[in-house]
Amino acid sequence: MKGALPINRHVAQRVGFTAITLMAFATVLPIVAVVIYILIQGLPAISLEFLTGFPHDGMRAGGILPAIIGTIYLTVGTAIFSVPLGIAAAIYLSEYASDTPLTRTIRIAIINLAGIPSVVYGLFGLGLFVLFLNFGTSILAASLTLSIMTLPVIISTAEESLRSVPQAFRTVSISLGATRWQTIRRIVLKEALPGILTGVILGLERAAGETAPILFTGAAFFLPRLPHTPFDATMALPYHLFVISTQVPEMPIQIQYGTALVLLVFVLTMNLIATVIRSRARAKRQW
Amino acid sequence: MEKSLNWREFVITRLIKASGYSAILFVALIFFFLVREGIPTFKEVEASSLLNIRWYPIEGHFGILPLITGSLIVTIGAGLVAVPFGIGTAVYISEIAPRWMREILKPLVELLGGLPSVVLGFLGFLVLSPFLRVFLDLPTGLTALAGSLLLGGIAVPTVVSVAEDALDAVPRAYREGAWALGATRWQTIWRVTFPAARSGVLTAVMLGVGRAIGETMTVMMVTGNAPVLAVKLGSLFSPVRTMTATIAAEMGEVANGSTHYHVLFFIGMVLFLISLGVNIAASSVVFRAKKRAERILS
Amino acid sequence: MVDKVVIENLSLQYADGTESLRGINLSVPEKAVTVLFGPAGGGKSTLLRCLNRLNDLTEVKASAGRILIDGKDVLDPQTDVIALRRKVGMVFARPVVLPLSIRGNLTYGLELAGEKRRSKLDEAVERSLKLAALWEEAKDRLDDPAIALSGGQQQRLCLARSLALQPDIILLDEPTSGLDPISTGKVEAALQELKKEYTIILVPHSVQQAGRTSDYAAFFLQGELIEYGEGKSLFTAPKEKRTEDYITGRFG
Repeated sequence: MKGALPINRHVAQRVGFTAITLMAFATVLPIVAVVIYILIQGLPAISLEFLTGFPHDGMRAGGILPAIIGTIYLTVGTAIFSVPLGIAAAIYLSEYASDTPLTRTIRIAIINLAGIPSVVYGLFGLGLFVLFLNFGTSILAASLTLSIMTLPVIISTAEESLRSVPQAFRTVSISLGATRWQTIRRIVLKEALPGILTGVILGLERAAGETAPILFTGAAFFLPRLPHTPFDATMALPYHLFVISTQVPEMPIQIQYGTALVLLVFVLTMNLIATVIRSRARAKRQW
Repeated sequence: MEKSLNWREFVITRLIKASGYSAILFVALIFFFLVREGIPTFKEVEASSLLNIRWYPIEGHFGILPLITGSLIVTIGAGLVAVPFGIGTAVYISEIAPRWMREILKPLVELLGGLPSVVLGFLGFLVLSPFLRVFLDLPTGLTALAGSLLLGGIAVPTVVSVAEDALDAVPRAYREGAWALGATRWQTIWRVTFPAARSGVLTAVMLGVGRAIGETMTVMMVTGNAPVLAVKLGSLFSPVRTMTATIAAEMGEVANGSTHYHVLFFIGMVLFLISLGVNIAASSVVFRAKKRAERILS
Repeated sequence: MVDKVVIENLSLQYADGTESLRGINLSVPEKAVTVLFGPAGGGKSTLLRCLNRLNDLTEVKASAGRILIDGKDVLDPQTDVIALRRKVGMVFARPVVLPLSIRGNLTYGLELAGEKRRSKLDEAVERSLKLAALWEEAKDRLDDPAIALSGGQQQRLCLARSLALQPDIILLDEPTSGLDPISTGKVEAALQELKKEYTIILVPHSVQQAGRTSDYAAFFLQGELIEYGEGKSLFTAPKEKRTEDYITGRFG
């Protein structure tokens, strides 16, 4: 029959499209569900006291301020080490390096750094920063460990951002008497900055949420005071959540969800800021 | 004036070059310290005993086989979840979804990638595992299955973003050529677009699997942490322990310089080498595909 | 007429050894329009880029010969390349405005050179825009993004941008290839005014443009200089058969 074949193909397409669409929604819906669920369960715990007070009664009451402050300290510490180094490395790869075996080795190294399990970073941090360099379990050791872990993310997104700036700008700048660095600073870097910033924030967001690298390098469960120096250990939200949900008996459920909510909000806010920077930059682009 | 400009430029250029090389330095450092603390294992433990079936450090049993199988079963399970859902979602976003839907889905998937693994582990512990226990009538919900499901969810964003990039990169001309020959969009996707992107998709899967192998907190919180050899199908429904969880759980209680300490670093070495292998394999796939494309296009 | 640029026996090579130009001997008189024309692949653009050492950014190197500007060889490694690029300005085929305001584009080169005085910068902006015949259209929009200008205006801005540095020589590589006839006319008219003060070397995008604008013309074919002469005589009575065949359109 002449009509049979085309009908079959279109039925196949209808079925296939439906299946794929369902699959995509099945992937995405849980994400929304997770966020909403934590929001609902955790909101009752949120109060001024919760956000600004210290824990009491073995963490079973009171607030989580030291964990919040600790996560902020660690994020800032990570930024201090990884951002300048990462951007500089990206500038090197995008503007200076040519396709030599050395450059290819650098790229392989970056891919590898990106793939190393977070707990192995923790071991490395323990071996080098805590023990060998004798920093002890400290914000310094944890930040350095997190920085090396964040480096590949910053380098790849920054390099992509730099490369997206049209080559013609560089040629014109050079023809007007600029050196390579002047061209980078005045034109390339300026135009790539929003993209670089987005990558930095996304990288720091990941660092803020990580537990394994700080387990042996800087995290402490309970500290009576806020840390004073970079050589002090610190509490941190991810580690706190881990311990109170798995190690402490009779921990009020509300406090657990409240802590999870605070961590989630911290991370999602960074995500939101990064997304906003990216879309605004795209709209304002002059090329 | 020109001279001081030259001097400044020289210093800045040198710093930038040094930063570029730093990545190699860090990889070497990491490997060095893992080896430094991990190699002494062989002085204190029989190499062959590392392949034993019992992991019971208190009594001096350091057989890492159960840990390896634990990691393996959870990773394979995660792959079985992440590959179909990840590729399916990527295909949907890249080929089927209308523009406005793409703008909603892409950030959402990216959001999933940003969720801290400890939060997912937390929910897994409080919600997923009890659910599995009731739903599948198991003695405990803390099983390899719980770990696989969550790890699959963690690996999906990686798979989706890399695969979606790969599908997006397929030139429009390929699709248009197929349509011009009378193919439906569905046929075009699976016979033309997807094969053209297959090296990118393969990379996506490998990177996703790499992410799954390396996960620590989630598995520590939901897989039950029992170092039992996991080789039967039924092992999926019982507790296991991964290499990553072992390190995380036991490192805190270990005496500096003890045998246990060294063995944990040794496991770290193994993990490092596994991720190195996966990444080199992934890059060589991309490299060979690029070479093939260059040959075809030249 | 004094020769501003003297090219002696110049040969250029790509990184893989293939030749781009062979044994070029050419003198460019000052304060006139010299046109380098010929079919694609003749090496004209490559030659232009050597004059301001932009070939440093590519893989083209001189395997033999010298390029003398005001008597000094610019291919010499000791050359102050930055100063050279301020003396020899360039306008490219596609108008590439920097992602700055109109004013920003014009003062870019001067600021790089260290000029900070507001008065000097403003004066340079007005002067160069007038020379490029863009002042009337741009004077009320100086702080607008340069990208807001039309294609023809952008290209005149690029010309003004080079002029702001007060060069001696201006190189133009097919500057009107993307422009409509009116904009093309404006650029060509500007060049006729500019040649009173500047030495102009132009790669035209058509033989007709070469005929319209040249005081002197050089015909390049596959890396060799075939013929050189005064514009008036070369286009009406070329000496070489190959030149005549190209001009009359027998090949292209």
